[in-house]
Amino acid sequence: MAKILVKKQLSKDVFLMRLYAPLIAEERAAGQFIILQIDDDYGERIPLTIADASIDEGSITIIFQVVGKSTLQLSQMNTGDDIPTVVGPLGKPTHIEKFGTVVCVGGGIGVAPLHPIAQALKHAGNNVITIIGARNKDLIILEDEMKTIADEFILCTDDGSYGRKALVTEPLKEICERTPKPNMVIAIGPPIMMKFCSETTRPYGVFTQVSLNTIMVDGTGMCGGCRVNVGKEVKFVCVDGPEFDGHLVDFDNMMARLNSYKKIEQEAHSCFLEQEIKQREGLL
Amino acid sequence: MNHHTPEQLADEAKKIIVEYLDKIDDMKPKERTKIPPQEMPAQDPIVRSSNLDEVALGYTIEQARIEAMRCLQCVKKTCVEDCPVRIDIPRFINHIAHAEFESAAAVIKEASLLPAICGRVCPQETQCQSNCAVGKALKDVDKSVAIGRLERFIADWERATGKIATPEVKPETGKKVAIVGSGPAGLVVAADCRREGHHVTIFEAFHKLGGVLRYGIPEFRLPNDIIDKEIDVLKAMGVEFKTNFVVGRTRKLTDLIEKDGYNAIFVGTGAGLPMFMGIEGESLVGVFSANEYLTRANLMRAFDKGHADTPIYNSVNVAVLGGGNVAMDAARMAKRLGAKNVYVVYRRTEVEMPARKEEVAHAKEEGIEFYFLQNAKRIIGDENGRVKAMECLRYELGEPDQSGRRRPVVIPNSEFILNVDTVIVAIGNGSNPLISQTTPQMNVNKWGNIIVDETQKTSIDRIYAGGDIVLGAATVILAMGEGRRAAAAINKMLAEEIEKEPNSSN
Repeated sequence: MAKILVKKQLSKDVFLMRLYAPLIAEERAAGQFIILQIDDDYGERIPLTIADASIDEGSITIIFQVVGKSTLQLSQMNTGDDIPTVVGPLGKPTHIEKFGTVVCVGGGIGVAPLHPIAQALKHAGNNVITIIGARNKDLIILEDEMKTIADEFILCTDDGSYGRKALVTEPLKEICERTPKPNMVIAIGPPIMMKFCSETTRPYGVFTQVSLNTIMVDGTGMCGGCRVNVGKEVKFVCVDGPEFDGHLVDFDNMMARLNSYKKIEQEAHSCFLEQEIKQREGLL
Repeated sequence: MNHHTPEQLADEAKKIIVEYLDKIDDMKPKERTKIPPQEMPAQDPIVRSSNLDEVALGYTIEQARIEAMRCLQCVKKTCVEDCPVRIDIPRFINHIAHAEFESAAAVIKEASLLPAICGRVCPQETQCQSNCAVGKALKDVDKSVAIGRLERFIADWERATGKIATPEVKPETGKKVAIVGSGPAGLVVAADCRREGHHVTIFEAFHKLGGVLRYGIPEFRLPNDIIDKEIDVLKAMGVEFKTNFVVGRTRKLTDLIEKDGYNAIFVGTGAGLPMFMGIEGESLVGVFSANEYLTRANLMRAFDKGHADTPIYNSVNVAVLGGGNVAMDAARMAKRLGAKNVYVVYRRTEVEMPARKEEVAHAKEEGIEFYFLQNAKRIIGDENGRVKAMECLRYELGEPDQSGRRRPVVIPNSEFILNVDTVIVAIGNGSNPLISQTTPQMNVNKWGNIIVDETQKTSIDRIYAGGDIVLGAATVILAMGEGRRAAAAINKMLAEEIEKEPNSSN
C-alpha cells in the first residue's frame, strides 16, 4: 500500500504523483519501474517508470498519461488516498558511466523516465544533449527540469505549436552528422518514436538504447508476457530489460503485441466513460 | 466414462455401507479388496465447462468410510514410504473407517499442515497410491485405495465443522526466519519454523498469497477459499505476511540478514521464465505461455469478464502444447473462457503424459480434444501479426531416452495444418532469475536453479532454498518435501545457536 503524498496535473491527460514508498525510494536507481494496482481483487497491473525519488521523504514520483480505464481511475485518486498495490523497484537499472557525449531523446510521456537517466548521466560527467518532443505544446512535460540538466537543449513539436516544428528524429539526425559523432543515444517514448530514432542512428553506427514498456503481468520473470525479439534472442523486458539495443529490437512485432487487447480495452474504457457520464447526469 | 451424479453415488454408498459396518475390523484382505472403490463425485461435465466452481466435490461420510475400509493396513507401509512428507497413511485411514475424523485429522497434521491442498493436487497415482497393495491385488493402480480423496475428505470435514486445530507454538525464541515466496515450499517452512517458536515473516511479490497455488492452479481444481483457510492457520500461529515485496529488488536478499536481523532465510521463489518451443511464429499475437494465460485468469480474475480490468484473449480455437498438469489447467480454463475447440497437442502418447490421471479424465469429459504423437512445427500469422493457424508434424515412438520414456521420432512429410487463433505453450519453466541476478554470490547451475546441499542449504551461510527454484518445474508436494527438509535444518541451526548463547536461560 502506498499513500499519495502529492498529485499534480501536468497537462490535459498527464499526471504526476508522489507516493509514500520508502523501501522502493531507497533501493531504486534510474531506469527502474514499479507496478501498481488500484484494486487488489479486480484491478490490472500497470507498469510505470519511477521518474524520481526522495529517500528523505520516503517517496517515489510517477508520471502517467491517461490512456484507458485504469489510468483514468488512477488520475481520479487524490492526495491522501492509498494505492493498494505498489511493488518495485523492478527491472535492471540503467548502466551509467562516463560515455562522453550522450543524446537523450524523449517523446511525450517518455520524458518522465528519461529525466532521472539524463540526470545520472550528467552527474557521471557526460556532455548531455537533450531533445524533447511531443505532438503539441500541451503535451510537453518537464521542460524546465530537462533544460537544467542539458548542455544543449532542443525542443520540438509535431505541429510547431512550440519550439521547432519537427519530429525528434530531425535534430537527432543532425547531431549524428556532427564530428565527432555522439557516443551514445538514449531514446524513450512511444514505440514508433523509438523505432524511428533507432533507424535514424543506425547508418551512423551510434549505439542507441531504448526503454521498452510492453504488456506485463507479474513483472518478476514469471509470466513471459513481456517478451520481445532482440536480435536473434527472445528477451523478457521485466528481468532482462527494460533497456535494450534499439538497433536489435523488433519494434513491429512489439507494437503488434502491444495491441493484443486493444479492442477489449477500448470497450472497457468506453463502457466506463458511459457509466461515469450517466452517474454525473444523475447527480445534476 | 459415464457420469454418475453425486446423489447416485451418495445413495449407493448409504445402501452398501450397512453390509460392512459390523465387521470393520474383521474382514479378510480378500473381502476388503472386494469392497467397491468409491468414485469421486463431480460436477456435471457440461455444466462445469462454463463455470469456475470446483469440479471434484468430495466424498460423503459413507463413501469415505467405505473407501477407508478397503485399506489392508499393511505392515510394510509402502504408501508412507512413497509420500514426500511421510504422512502415516494407514493410521489416518483406519480412523476414517471408524468415523473418528478428528483423530484422523490429528494424524495428518503431524506431517502436513496443508491436507486440503495436497488432497486435491498431489499426483497420488505416482506417489502414495502407486504401490498400494490393494491396487496391486486388483492389478490396476486406479483401484488403489484413494488416499488423496480421503486426505481431502478429512481436511474438508475439519473446515466444514469448524474444527481446524491451530498447531501449538513453542515459546518465542527471539530468532527470526525470513521466507521468500508464499508458495507450497514456503508455507511448509513457515509452519515448521514457527512451531519451534521462531518469528517467521513470509515475503510475497504478488498482492495475494499462495504463489503457484493461487496464480497457477485454477479455482475449479483448488478453490481460493481453501488456500485462504490453510493460510489462516499460519496467521493464527503468528506467521507474519508481507505482500508486494520482491526480495532481491525491494530489498537485497543478504540485507534481510545484514540489515534486518533475520537469522535464516528460505528461498522458495518458484518457477521462473516460461519455456517456449523456439519455433517460427511464437511471438505472434495470440501465443501465450501457460503461466501468463493462467495468471490472468486466476490471480487477476480475468475469468470474471464483467468485473476484472485485466483482459484475456478472446479465443475460438485453442491449441495447448504440452502434457503436464499445467497444460490440462490451461486447456480447461480456455474452454471455460468460451473457446469452442480446445486441442491438447502432445508429442508422445497418453501413457507418457505427466499430468494427473484425474485431470486428463476430467479434461476429456469436458470436451478437450487430445492430439497425441503430434507437435507444432510453426505458428502461422495473418496480415496483422495474429495467429491464424499452426502447422504440425506427426510423430511415432522410438527407443527409450534417458528419462526411460520412448523418444518421439518425427514422421517425415507428415505436416498438416490445425486452424487455431490461440496457442498456449505449457512445456515447462526455467528458473526465476531475480535472486540470482541480484545475489551474485549465490551458486546456481547452468539453468539458473539454486544449488543446495542435502539439507537444502545454499552456497551462502544461513540461506536455504527449495521447491521449483531448486528442482525446476516439479509438483506441489515435492516442493513441500524440500520445505520440510529445509525447515528441519534451519530449526537445528537455530537451536544450536540458542544453546551456545551465554545468557540462555537453560
